[in-house]
Amino acid sequence: MSSALQKMTIAKALNAGMRAAMETDPKVVLLGEDIGKLGGVFRITEGLQKDFGEDRVLDTPLAESGIMGTAVGLALRGYRPVVEIQFDGFVYPAFDQIISQVAKMHYRSLGHLRLPMVIRIPYGGGIGAVEHHSESNEAYFAHTAGLRVVTCSSAEDAYWMIQQAIASDDPVVFYEPKRRYHERGEIELGEDAPHGLHDAVVRTPGTDVTLLAYGPMVKTAMIAAQAADTEGRSIEVVDLRSLSPLDVPTILESARKTGRVVVAHEAQTFLGMGAELAALVQHEAFYHLEAPVIRVGGYNIPYPPSRHEEVFLPDLDRILDAVDRSLAY
Amino acid sequence: MSDDVVAPVETAAPATHEPPARDITDGGPEMVQFLDAEGRRIPQTEVNGPYADYLQDVDGEMLRSLYRDLVLVRRVDSEGHALQRQGELGLWPSLLGQEAAQVGAGRAMRTQDYAFPGYREHGVAWCKGVDPVNLLGMFRGVNHGGWDSNENNFHLYTIVIGNQMLHATGYAMGVQKDGLVGTGDADRDTAVMAFTGDGGTAQGDYNEALVFASVAHSPVVFFVQNNHWAISEPNDRQFIIPPYQRARGFGIPGVRVDGNDVLATLAVTRAALERARGGQGPTLIEAFTYRMGAHTTSDDPTKYRIAAEVDIWKKKDPIDRLRKHLEAEGLVEDGWFESIDAEADELAQRIRTACQQMPNPPHEDMFEKVYVDPHPLIERERAEFVAYQASFEED
Repeated sequence: MSSALQKMTIAKALNAGMRAAMETDPKVVLLGEDIGKLGGVFRITEGLQKDFGEDRVLDTPLAESGIMGTAVGLALRGYRPVVEIQFDGFVYPAFDQIISQVAKMHYRSLGHLRLPMVIRIPYGGGIGAVEHHSESNEAYFAHTAGLRVVTCSSAEDAYWMIQQAIASDDPVVFYEPKRRYHERGEIELGEDAPHGLHDAVVRTPGTDVTLLAYGPMVKTAMIAAQAADTEGRSIEVVDLRSLSPLDVPTILESARKTGRVVVAHEAQTFLGMGAELAALVQHEAFYHLEAPVIRVGGYNIPYPPSRHEEVFLPDLDRILDAVDRSLAY
Repeated sequence: MSDDVVAPVETAAPATHEPPARDITDGGPEMVQFLDAEGRRIPQTEVNGPYADYLQDVDGEMLRSLYRDLVLVRRVDSEGHALQRQGELGLWPSLLGQEAAQVGAGRAMRTQDYAFPGYREHGVAWCKGVDPVNLLGMFRGVNHGGWDSNENNFHLYTIVIGNQMLHATGYAMGVQKDGLVGTGDADRDTAVMAFTGDGGTAQGDYNEALVFASVAHSPVVFFVQNNHWAISEPNDRQFIIPPYQRARGFGIPGVRVDGNDVLATLAVTRAALERARGGQGPTLIEAFTYRMGAHTTSDDPTKYRIAAEVDIWKKKDPIDRLRKHLEAEGLVEDGWFESIDAEADELAQRIRTACQQMPNPPHEDMFEKVYVDPHPLIERERAEFVAYQASFEED
């Protein structure tokens, strides 16, 4: 494929990335509910069954543990399964297979076995959905040794990261920011991936406060940085991209530079990614800090009915409020 | 009005299980059998007839080798039990009583067929060529599974009940994608076996596996060892309809076989594997057997089951009946049984020595093989751990 700049949505970029992976490696197979003719409820796999056949794009029975467990078997047989979980809140029936088997197989086999699987999960709120369709459950998986956990925030990352995840010999939980599926961005097709799968990337350089974000929050964080800029405050937005492993050097470099860190995510803050990031920063950058690490996230309640989500989810104002509080120290 | 009074609902299940509500020692008229408990070859019937062809190659030599396997497997098991009692192992799940079910199934498999065990399938492991010493590591706590599954096509023990049924199904789906079903080449066509127990049939993964396998028409044989006890819970706490009958609801054939009859188990499993390899889809086999020992060495069955039940099953012993058969048919020379016992003792001694000499792994090894590719957190913690340990050496 020759180099060409293309503008496409995150949804289309994921589709293009999977298509490229399937063309490269005949062992890549997709499994999920409604991913065939329908192309998935978000149309991420649209056209792939038509082009690659039912043998490589499998509409499975409606049973998430079944999908995950059979994907383990396929991986043991030498395939590279890419599993689509329809919505974040539907991953729990597969939780046992992911935690007990997917995460541990390489370890418990003394390295003899590998499970090069990708578990795609559309996640997060902001789309006015009914219960169980808006969750951010990344901390469960980031907490589990043996899994890699990543999330994209742009079309370019969607395109490259899904291919890198599929190429990984370790199992990867791949979180897709569903409310950003239709955000458009430019992709340099045919070039090498601009970043490693587990690199954090500084999206907006700044000097006063570091704002750590990932997935759907990155766009909100960048808007917050722009707004703060008009008030003379320089926010550095770091897109984590990888939640396990964390790109510790990039995070600490920014924290040491600004001395102030705010973490924003949709997930509830209690024992969320922000807790780990706060512990990391205070431990590793203690003498550089001017303020405690401040977390902005979902309140510690079940995801509320969607009429509440505009105040439940961190927005521009809540992020800027946290920035103000950080600067007030 | 009195006609409308609803009669009180009778309690469906008894509060205790002494004595059993039904005869759990009788597999019923649909159970496939070739050797009765006295070692007599059962004449061909409508029930076992369809499987008779699968025993055509069973001659004296084969019967002797099956007997040898049964005895050696039982000896592996008793040595595992003894090693636990002597503190060499942390736990041992005994297969006592289930030797014929496992050897019959294991011997029916071809080299290319893949087995997904639960954690009690020491007999299947034996038939697949896994060195019994390798089974001990996880029970000794030196590893979580000390063998390379792909060397003998015998997956690691799975522990979490039912998980492996789906792995077997997925693996079988992969075999289909590889085009290794129904080619007619006996050395290439491949099937997969998934092992669980009666308790496992209640798990979601078990039922999902049957759905996935039947829908995908996958070359997998589900082998349920109904040993009648899921730790302390009897069959009537797990199902109302027995597993072999439930298979029909999933659209696949189900067959109950006398799991204490190695010939019947061999024949039924061979038939099911042939169907699977030939592209005719999955089969469910319920091997009707009995867990003679405790669930594991941590269990105490005297708290929940009566000795009389165990005594009945003792009379159905899988090894005794084959021995009687060999004797009655005059298929062994004088001293042959003793030679097998001596071989079993040698095997036990080898296992014992190897177990006792199994070294504790260096602690820094616990950081190995968490990921295929380096993971900075693991690398960092390993380095910190090594430095911390070294700090004591310096003092």
